[in-house]
Amino acid sequence: MKNLKMKKEFKVIADLLPNNTRVLDIGCGDGSLMHLLRIEKNIEVRGLELNQDNVKECIYKGLPVIQGNAETELHQFPDKSFDYVVLSQTLQAFYEPEKVLKNLLRIGKSVVISIPNFGYWKVRTKLLLFGEMPVTKTLPNTWYNTPNLHMCTIKDLFNFCDEKNIIIKKVVGVNENKTSLIRKSNLEIKNLFSKVGIFLIS
Amino acid sequence: MPSLAGLFFWMNIKLENIKKLDVTKPLKLDCGKTIKDFPLAYETYGKLNNNKDNAILVFHALTGDQFVTGTNPITNKEGWWVTAVGPGRAIDTNKYFVICANVIGGCMGSLGPKDINPVTKKPYGLDFPVITIKDMVKAQESLLEHLGIKKLLCATGGSMGGMQLLQFCATFPDKAFSAVPIACSSSHSAQNIALNELARQAIMADPVWDNGKYVLKNVQPKNGLAVARMVGHISYLSEKGMQEKFGRKLQEKADYEFSFNADFQVESYLRHQGYAFVERFDANSVLYITRAMDYFDLSKQFKGGLVEAFKNQKTKFLIISFSSDWLYTTKDNKDIVIALNASGADVSYSEIITDKGHDSFLLDEPEFLKTLKGFIDSMYEKFKNEKRI
Repeated sequence: MKNLKMKKEFKVIADLLPNNTRVLDIGCGDGSLMHLLRIEKNIEVRGLELNQDNVKECIYKGLPVIQGNAETELHQFPDKSFDYVVLSQTLQAFYEPEKVLKNLLRIGKSVVISIPNFGYWKVRTKLLLFGEMPVTKTLPNTWYNTPNLHMCTIKDLFNFCDEKNIIIKKVVGVNENKTSLIRKSNLEIKNLFSKVGIFLIS
Repeated sequence: MPSLAGLFFWMNIKLENIKKLDVTKPLKLDCGKTIKDFPLAYETYGKLNNNKDNAILVFHALTGDQFVTGTNPITNKEGWWVTAVGPGRAIDTNKYFVICANVIGGCMGSLGPKDINPVTKKPYGLDFPVITIKDMVKAQESLLEHLGIKKLLCATGGSMGGMQLLQFCATFPDKAFSAVPIACSSSHSAQNIALNELARQAIMADPVWDNGKYVLKNVQPKNGLAVARMVGHISYLSEKGMQEKFGRKLQEKADYEFSFNADFQVESYLRHQGYAFVERFDANSVLYITRAMDYFDLSKQFKGGLVEAFKNQKTKFLIISFSSDWLYTTKDNKDIVIALNASGADVSYSEIITDKGHDSFLLDEPEFLKTLKGFIDSMYEKFKNEKRI
């Protein structure tokens, strides 16, 4: 189930990226997205991944991956050295997401970020009605073991980009297998009904 | 070349029966001198296939030689990289054709300071020209030509082997489809140079060394050379690894002897390593090879530094470092990754977590060997496809 959902998100990300570009996947895991991008879009991929087993997995697949920590090691990538930098569902886990985001925008001409949406109605209900920290399929951890330090909503990230003069090119909301385009006009409602938000910014 | 037999009585080594290429093409060395018609000793394992797309070149480290795996016919001991190379190993000789050459300046058949100087008709000693990593690498290119290999599937090497590999990729950017530099550095640090100087000073302080002229007398500065080797062995282990291996354990005794004999196991180990080494290695070769390592600074060769050195690289890199290696640290290795990244090269990097220090690349370190195998096998698939297209 989790795998299927992951694939939907990756599919949306892949659709955002033009063929034959250079893409850096931050926190590339076992290389599933990189593999998809390489096979389907002839994209020149690179990955950054912290976990040793994942790194090994990528290497087995012949995918170029650098073992390292995105929080501290993004300086190694030169300015505008990639057409796109992808960060899938990890922004909220950094100590300093703002600094990381700044770095991504420095490295890539454009950046694709996906976030688990804390504004999703089930998440809101859990906290509002039950007074408990929300545990959902997209946010499977409990308060004491979650890696997520800076949860945000689609609206939060929207406002953040506005505030920091980051250009939002496209936002896609994902709920199960449905995707929808998010604009300022439908932001409130989409913020309520999207499990995951995918931003294309520059 | 004149026969070397006899000059080597202390080693009881016969070098006639090993594979040698006579390099006729003059090689202009970095020091300005030129060598020509010199021997380059090498060994190969496995078979080169018809497409010639399964060749892997291995560069050896400071005290290594061309006998990568199997039994070294000179020392009758196991090859220095049996853990990684051989039938069914990470670098599978049933599948790949593995080549390794003895570096020039060495003492396992390639031109070195114990060889006869054609001008004086006596062994070179310190008249041997000072060589560099680049000189070593250029000499080995002739071997690829000789074997008819236009492009290697992969080139790899650890420690000084990794340095040779970086130089090889910078000098011949289209000769290797992929490259795995392991536990190395793009330039020697002050600490690296200091440790090498310690080794050299140990040799030079031995009265037998006699300004390198011991070769004329058929002797070897064993004491100095053994100390030099001990220095090396300390630097190849991590503090934790050494503590775990030896601790304060005593060598076959219940208590201190109150003497200067090897009471501790670690002392006994170092002495054993030191004195085993003098049986197979030439002291002047240690001087020349450590010098080549100290002079190595890839960024110095290119205006614009290391990034420029890797410009236009088509080679796919995998850099591997070991967490407890304090000789060529993770940072040293990461600096190479950063430069490769900055130059836009295809680079992967993995840090293997281990307590075994710099030596890890020679040991049975499963995570390392699996990573190495995974990379080379995946590169082979790609290389075959690329060649087909």
